[in-house]
Amino acid sequence: MGAEFVILSLTPILIGIFTAIACALPGNFLVLRKQALIGDAISHVVLPGIVVAFLVTGTVGTWPMMIGAAAASILAVILIEAIRRLGRIETGAAMGVVFTSMFAGGVLLLERSDTSTVHLDVEHALMGNLESLIWLDATGWESLVDPVALAGLPPELLRIFLTMLGVIGFLWVFWRPLKISTFDEGFARVIGMRTGALGMALVIVSAIAAVAAFDAVGSIIVIAMFICPPAAARLMTNRLEHQVAWSVVFAVISAILGYVLAGYGPLWLGGTDAVSAAGMIATVSGLILALAVAFGPCRERTGASAEG
Amino acid sequence: MLVDALTLQLGYNATLVAIGAALLGISAGVTGTFLFLRKRALVSDAISHATLPGVCLAFILMATLGGDGRNLAGLMLGSAVSAWLGLVCVQVISHKTRLAEDAAIGAVLSVFFGFGVVLLTVIQTMSSGRQAGLDGLLLGSTAGMLYADALIIAAGGAITLALVLLLRRPMTLVAFDPQYATSIGIDPRRVDMMTMGLVMAVTVVGLKIVGLILIVALLIIPPVTARFWTEKSANVVLIAGAIGGVSGYVGAAISASAPALPTGPIIVLTCFALFVLSLFLAPERGVLAAFLRHRRFQKRVHLRQGLLALAQQQPVYEPLTRRLLAREGLARPDGVPTEAGKARAAKALRDERRWQVVHRLPEYEGAASLYDGLRDIETVLTSDQISEIDATIGGPKGVTA
Repeated sequence: MGAEFVILSLTPILIGIFTAIACALPGNFLVLRKQALIGDAISHVVLPGIVVAFLVTGTVGTWPMMIGAAAASILAVILIEAIRRLGRIETGAAMGVVFTSMFAGGVLLLERSDTSTVHLDVEHALMGNLESLIWLDATGWESLVDPVALAGLPPELLRIFLTMLGVIGFLWVFWRPLKISTFDEGFARVIGMRTGALGMALVIVSAIAAVAAFDAVGSIIVIAMFICPPAAARLMTNRLEHQVAWSVVFAVISAILGYVLAGYGPLWLGGTDAVSAAGMIATVSGLILALAVAFGPCRERTGASAEG
Repeated sequence: MLVDALTLQLGYNATLVAIGAALLGISAGVTGTFLFLRKRALVSDAISHATLPGVCLAFILMATLGGDGRNLAGLMLGSAVSAWLGLVCVQVISHKTRLAEDAAIGAVLSVFFGFGVVLLTVIQTMSSGRQAGLDGLLLGSTAGMLYADALIIAAGGAITLALVLLLRRPMTLVAFDPQYATSIGIDPRRVDMMTMGLVMAVTVVGLKIVGLILIVALLIIPPVTARFWTEKSANVVLIAGAIGGVSGYVGAAISASAPALPTGPIIVLTCFALFVLSLFLAPERGVLAAFLRHRRFQKRVHLRQGLLALAQQQPVYEPLTRRLLAREGLARPDGVPTEAGKARAAKALRDERRWQVVHRLPEYEGAASLYDGLRDIETVLTSDQISEIDATIGGPKGVTA
């Protein structure tokens, strides 16, 4: 655990952990509200936004990408609502139409434009490049207090850290309204809460987390982190507070274990090269969910029927 | 180039692929209709993403056994096995635990795909050079396709379509009336499993053409599009099949006509274009039809209000009302009624009085409930009833201009 670890592994692990937490926290509410697939939809629709932002500005800077992603998300929400209302079509199908088409558009734009000079291709969008977010300026643990070296940290680290703080802040401020409106929307409306606005705010916060995570770790891991840790946590306890705590624990375990297994696992098995860290993190979170499905103390359904 | 492609002049392989894509599109559209009717459209997303680890494992297995890792039949077999495993996982999570189906779908698609990505990186390091081609299965690519592969795709599309046609009746029954289906001896759960089997078949055949990420679009967009054109389930099935087929065929042709046009996205965007067209142009539910309906309604309301105003000798200021009255020859552009206008106005006012009577009398309760301010009274009451009402109002009085 020397200088090499700090340079090569510290920042990716931290980014992985922050991403996992930022996605898992709102994921708890999305899973409980049966909106789990919003993460899936968001991570598909931001692709054309990011590509267009790149084509317009010619760079892959933070702000153009964020604005492009936000514009694409807003466009998707408008399209879904329009299709749902104009065509009187259920939300799931309307979502399916919009996110597949926008993703296809993004892929086509990518293939038609010259993006060979930058980290922007379909594989990157799907799988991310967690491994490449290394801290070249570091010389060892002492770099953590060296301002010159700290300035060379990958910008993604600060971005995802701030996003995580923002998500935590949102949940902290709106904890009670979120909890009440998630479990009993009718009651929440009776006591005067604006449940529609609250639900929208939750989706927006999730979208911000997804976009911030997207360019660091790719879309697949985002979907996994939105759903797997909260779903596993849901099978562990009946109390929301405990569930959120469990989900954070699962998210952190997935991020660390996934990264370590991807980076060092093949070496232990006699291989020579690392495998995809993002994929491995998703895999580990899936294994945790599988264990919870098999052994979780609260996995049974009580009350509501299977179709509910 | 495009015309050549559409008329199948681009060589034997391109022709086979276009035909295969068309057959695949038809199967996908029809199968997707039943998913759509069962409100389970997004399950197919989990199934299609779950194919990736199977594809990779099949490749690794075939490569280590000394064969050609890219053998399409082998890859398809592997993808089918892992798609089935993914489907089982969705069923177990959503039926045996308290997690909802959407969480199960999301978990399965991301975890299976994540594991597949891990295997992809393993393949990249395993045997450099031989892995080329697996990436094409993510988004579909038909460039440089082998003759044998094209044949497999065309045959696979045809077989899937035949299966869809065979299973069409039980699937329709279960989609609309599971209880009735059970009572005549059809097990809805078995039929649901068969539908899912068809989804798997579509996904597996579509791997090479559309790619596993976007195949779900071919299952969802055609039925949603078809729903705009008809209210009958049999027609939804037919139209969805046609839309899927056209998208597959045209998409494959466009993609073959120029380089750097990936097949999967082109097919999906063709399908989406058809969807947008339908959204605007469909006769009953389309946006244009709704707009025209609104304009017709607006016109009737304005005419009616204008006539009532004329009858009561009030001036009409509203510009649209004045335009409409003038265009119908009921008033001069300055708002003064013509002879025809006076007659129509008198009639309108009289009808209003008749309706008031109708509302007062209990024996006309049914008729009164039909009053919406626009309906002609003759369409609701017989002429005998109307003259009966007229008797209580008294004779007609002329309108003075």
